[in-house]
Amino acid sequence: MSRSVTHASFTITRHWNHAPARVFEAFAKEEAKRKWFAPGVESFDRIFDFREGGRETMSGKHPDGKVSAFDCVYRDIVTPTATEAGRIIYSYVMHLNGAKISVSQAAIEILPEAGGTKLVLTEYGDYLDGYDDAGSREHGTNWLMDLLEKSLTD
Amino acid sequence: MLNYQLDRTFAALADPTRRAMVERLVQGPATVSELAKPLPMSLPAAMLHLKVLEECGLVTSEKTGRVRTCRIDPLVLSQAEKWVGERRQMWERSLDRLGAFLDQTKPEDQS
Repeated sequence: MSRSVTHASFTITRHWNHAPARVFEAFAKEEAKRKWFAPGVESFDRIFDFREGGRETMSGKHPDGKVSAFDCVYRDIVTPTATEAGRIIYSYVMHLNGAKISVSQAAIEILPEAGGTKLVLTEYGDYLDGYDDAGSREHGTNWLMDLLEKSLTD
Repeated sequence: MLNYQLDRTFAALADPTRRAMVERLVQGPATVSELAKPLPMSLPAAMLHLKVLEECGLVTSEKTGRVRTCRIDPLVLSQAEKWVGERRQMWERSLDRLGAFLDQTKPEDQS
């Protein structure tokens, strides 16, 4: 068992020709979020309380048998207008097959721009080694191949 | 692996020549000339690409006599670094679905 913490952050930016209010709603309304956040996952332990201090949880069994658990607390919620930026900031913990794999914070900035919305997602996290790393070479190679496949289909 | 190195790994794999090299090395170790041979470029140009892969830690090489042998080194990716990569991919896929969802549910009265 090796124990370590990797501190990392990354940013993903998207541009959509949809109004900021619609983008915000896709995060704020459960029936909308359900459509895109984790479709195809058999989910349980669902809580959806979208307000500052509110909690969202979802556990899911994935088609490959993995069980993941997402547990978040909303820290800052600002509704965007046609001209002013909105944001959603939450902290969350992820478990995979019962092991805690990360403690992180996600900041989703919803920014009005000409013709639509710019979304900037920034995640800051502590990523944890939570279990025996036996076979990491094989896993590392598989991960690399997945990464390659994804970059080829982009 | 430090955070910036992970960014460099993604950047390194964004190039088709370097992806071809990595795909070859996943099959097993190869010499520099074996790696360069199928590529439509000079040996020095191929070596520059190899240098990028070595700098981000994906590939290691060692010289025996006059032959330099390269191998892939997935051990540079700890489990935690894999979580970071997977999390990023998870977000990319979620945001792809969100974009598609917004397109599909666009109200008729918007242009």
